[in-house]
Amino acid sequence: MLGFVARRLLYLVPVLVAVSLLTFLIASLLPGDLAYVILGDQATPDKVAALRHDMGLDQPIWWRYLGWLGHVLEGDFGRSFRTGQTVLQAVAERLPVSFELMLLAELAALAIGIPLAIACAVRSGSAFDRFMTGSAFGMLSVPAFLSAILLIYLFAVELRWLPATGYVPFSDDPLGNLRCFVLPALTLALGEWPVLMRVLRSDMISTLQEDYIAMARAKGLKPSRILLVHALKPSSLTLVTVTGINIGRLMGGTVIVESVFALPGIGRLLLGAIFTRDLIILQGVVLCVACGYVLMNFIVDMLYAVLDPRIRHGHA
Amino acid sequence: MATLELIVSEEVVAGPLVRSRRLGLLFWMAIGWMLFVFAVAILAPVLPLPSPTDMDMLERRAPVSALHWLGTDGLGRDELARLIYGARISLTVGLFAPVIGLAIGGALGILAGYFRGRFETLVVGSMDVLLAFPPLILALAVTAYLGQSILNLTCILGVLGIPAFMRVARAATLTLARREFVIAAQALGATHARILVRELLPNVMLPLLAFFLLGVAVTIVVEGALSFLGLGVPPPISSWGSMIGEGRESLEIAPQLAFIPAMALFLTVLSFNLVGDTLKALTDPRQSAL
Repeated sequence: MLGFVARRLLYLVPVLVAVSLLTFLIASLLPGDLAYVILGDQATPDKVAALRHDMGLDQPIWWRYLGWLGHVLEGDFGRSFRTGQTVLQAVAERLPVSFELMLLAELAALAIGIPLAIACAVRSGSAFDRFMTGSAFGMLSVPAFLSAILLIYLFAVELRWLPATGYVPFSDDPLGNLRCFVLPALTLALGEWPVLMRVLRSDMISTLQEDYIAMARAKGLKPSRILLVHALKPSSLTLVTVTGINIGRLMGGTVIVESVFALPGIGRLLLGAIFTRDLIILQGVVLCVACGYVLMNFIVDMLYAVLDPRIRHGHA
Repeated sequence: MATLELIVSEEVVAGPLVRSRRLGLLFWMAIGWMLFVFAVAILAPVLPLPSPTDMDMLERRAPVSALHWLGTDGLGRDELARLIYGARISLTVGLFAPVIGLAIGGALGILAGYFRGRFETLVVGSMDVLLAFPPLILALAVTAYLGQSILNLTCILGVLGIPAFMRVARAATLTLARREFVIAAQALGATHARILVRELLPNVMLPLLAFFLLGVAVTIVVEGALSFLGLGVPPPISSWGSMIGEGRESLEIAPQLAFIPAMALFLTVLSFNLVGDTLKALTDPRQSAL
């Protein structure tokens, strides 16, 4: 196990370096010189040249990359030239919101997906199963921004049960905070549950055909116990991986959902940086998100190896 | 890894006969809808439509009428015309971006799966780097720097699709390269180029094409999301995503402005998913062996 972890960790290093390089190159090679952005269109060439010199933009690109990487490794991701906030401050301020959103969404998706998957697997091939697999397939074609609009229309405009936009900090009003997360989390969950359900359903169907399940039935165990204890755990391996993998989808989804529901999370920070051309924040946020994503995948890999010994011994 | 958010289908069990007949009808309906959307999008300039960009401030959010079949939007532009011209954008980006992914990713995948060794490690490794970014976020960031245009959008979404196509092509090649016909070709002294092009390519093409349709569905969704956020195609060009985004502003008074393009987008994405999924099930050797 230790050897496996070490090997995976070692593999992370080149990936993370390449990620930082790519982030830097996107920000540096593409048009839109930082000096022009800061000084505006009316800047004289002299001023631009002076600022470029101050910021080190006139140095060769690999030198700038190394300098930037050095700062990043020291924990200095730069500072917004618009708000004066450092990237780390901005991210730390927004992260809890995005995290809460993703967590609630994933929980909601699991709460919808797992019972449905079990119900479908028990009666696989039945009308209920076919209806649910069909609906799940249909739901996969509904992008987050569509379900967001539908939910807002239904619950905020027609029924007026929940707020369409707005955010209340958890410390001010825990209930109000949860209330404003209901629709955003549900939006993301609507896109997630079909994936989880399909995966768990098919794994569960094959598990239910195993001999030990027949054995448990023959012993006279309660069907609910067989399903929830004997069948669910061995069937949930792929579910764990898919849940982890989907975090990438979810991160993309949070950008849309946070923008639609006006939640002050990482996604809004990113969009705001794009619209105000705050390139340093943009670069920092993209790097943070990508690194977080890589680490998350690493953790999922580890978790998977813990659950399934075949992986860490390379038999998969 | 979730590449361009492509979903691996896990359909195996449950009465294959019933399923194939049921999917049969839906399959043809999906094909029918795709053809209809294509026809309308291609014929848009010759159809008797009002201009999609002409504003009429007196006729804002007008209801359905003989002049405006689907009413008008918040700036008095004809909704039907915008919908149809929007289809042109969504389909252009949706088709051409996966072509880029298919060409580059497919080629890399076949080469990596055939030659193995260092080259494979390099290809797989660089794809891992590309996959390290959540796709939508990378697309957003790059569009922000490159600027909004249809060409840029297509290229970005195309590049994002490369890893997915690479994986499919490589996986297919890995199994095919050990098959008798490839070994026979090698034994006959065929060159690498000949084996790659004449033996492997035709066989890898089939799963790749099925995957291509799923890629189109995903790309239409991502393009829709970017346009919805106001970072896709630049105004006044309409795409379905930007129409939904504009319709969002008037959900309380004119929900149809968001729901009509939403419906068009949903049906189109569903059709591509359905057809792609059916073809994938047909071409997937694991499933046909069952």
